[in-house]
Amino acid sequence: MTAGMTLDTAPLLQLDGVSKRFGGLQAVNKLSFVIKRGEILGLIGPNGAGKSTLFNLINGVFAPNSGTIVFNGIDITGAKPFAVARHGLARTHQIVQPLTNMTVLENCTVGACFGRKNLPLARARDAAREAVHLTGLDDRIDMLALQLTIAGKKRLELARALAAQPMLLLLDEVLAGLNPTEVEHMIGVIRRIRDSGVTILIIEHLMQAIMSLSDRIVVLNYGQKLAEGQPADVAGDPQVIEAYLGDPKLAEQLQGGAAHA
Amino acid sequence: MLRRPFFWIIALVIAVFVAAPAIGDNVELRESLALAAVYITLASNLNLMLGYAGYINFGSIVFFGLGGYICIWLVNSYAWSLAASLVAAGIGVSVLSFIFGVGILRLRGPFFALATIGIVEGVQAFVENFTPWGGSSGIYISPQVFEPLGGSARALWVIYFAFVAVMGASLYLSYAIKTSKFGLGLLAIGQNEDAAAILGVPAPRYKAYVYSASAFLPAIAGGLYFFKGAFIQPSDAFDLTLSTEAIVICMLGGQGTVTGVALGAYLYEELRGYLLTSSTFSNFQLVIAGVLLLLIVLFFPSGLMGFVYSRFPRLKRVLE
Repeated sequence: MTAGMTLDTAPLLQLDGVSKRFGGLQAVNKLSFVIKRGEILGLIGPNGAGKSTLFNLINGVFAPNSGTIVFNGIDITGAKPFAVARHGLARTHQIVQPLTNMTVLENCTVGACFGRKNLPLARARDAAREAVHLTGLDDRIDMLALQLTIAGKKRLELARALAAQPMLLLLDEVLAGLNPTEVEHMIGVIRRIRDSGVTILIIEHLMQAIMSLSDRIVVLNYGQKLAEGQPADVAGDPQVIEAYLGDPKLAEQLQGGAAHA
Repeated sequence: MLRRPFFWIIALVIAVFVAAPAIGDNVELRESLALAAVYITLASNLNLMLGYAGYINFGSIVFFGLGGYICIWLVNSYAWSLAASLVAAGIGVSVLSFIFGVGILRLRGPFFALATIGIVEGVQAFVENFTPWGGSSGIYISPQVFEPLGGSARALWVIYFAFVAVMGASLYLSYAIKTSKFGLGLLAIGQNEDAAAILGVPAPRYKAYVYSASAFLPAIAGGLYFFKGAFIQPSDAFDLTLSTEAIVICMLGGQGTVTGVALGAYLYEELRGYLLTSSTFSNFQLVIAGVLLLLIVLFFPSGLMGFVYSRFPRLKRVLE
């Protein structure tokens, strides 16, 4: 078997026994799972389960206390965020982090310039325009980021991450705070991104949305993996219902919904 | 770059600086413009840190002073030519500041600003006790060093043109960085360093590069300045006032803009010249500078260019 073949069949991201402790709080505890190439993996769990911490561990904001993170065959455990970005991993933030005094296009150009392709400025602008178009921000391309609405800023987060042409995209609650029309539009955008060949790890509290979007779901609770599997199976898991969904009726509904999808 | 109008605007400014005093041999105008060129050099290079990367450097004067010392020392003790000494000063100070930068650029906001003041104080204390550089009494150089430049009268013209060249280089450097990928990375750091790093901007490396780059031309300007005066001592070389004035200039003109900072430096120099020569206000420019800074921060945080752009948004396409 050649190295190339191993890479193609190997998972895109592999977490092995990853732990992170903040003082007395064990935020992530010996967590292991893989993300396969081309899938959308949903990450759910109650508030404080360690979802955002996990994102921060994967993209290098924090270094784990133990365990390894391998991305595309490269050990990125403890690597700095800018190095991780260069390897082809992009993310959005739950609390939007726009470069406020720069235009939408400039924000995306930063993503394209310093992302996986390490593009020169002129070509980065073209890639940025494409990302702006895909997220439906064309009419606001020359607006300063600070002038955007919250929905606009959410889209900008996504556009900027996309402009980097990543292999893996981490989406941290991109649907939160959007109205139903905006949610629908955003779900369409996420599907299109996946169809273009980008693997996605998504944190989301909107159950209907994540159940229909995800190919597989990992459930976290107290920093540990509580369950993993197809959306319908996860929604029917009594442990998950107890820890997270709470309401058996909602679970039933979701199970049905996911089965139809 | 040659097709951009702004390239030619800078060329025009340089041409005016060269021609205006040369026509009619106007020595008084030359001296005033020489000082304006120094202010433009200091403020433009400070702007790389302050306006682009968003790091407030109170210690930019240390580049100027150290450059002066290295240049004077090489000319005086080793009989180096002025040109060679200036280049050595520029490179030496850039390398030193890269090393300082790697250390202090881990700090952010007010902590970084304080560290830069610490560097000025530290370097000054070192020089005051460093006998090869004359300790606290400084270094005098004999007027003979002006001989290779064709005597002292002609030397002053040579030095003036050198000041203008350093100013021109500063403006082109600011412009080139601003329109580059490196510049885009710096601007992103200035807006939100954590977000920039997550987007892939190698922030620690970029900050150290720009800190070092912002030292090169001020060091050469310092070499010229103290060579011209034929004397250097620690209290002049490391005077925090000039650092503060450079910050006022950046804020006045509009931090992050090339045009605004140059314009701000010129206006500030004119104002300072008037206040210095007026018998009623001696050293009053510092009071004015303080009041100006206060007013700008309160009412015009984006400075002169912010005001100009809000009135004439189309100018954004021409000016940087």
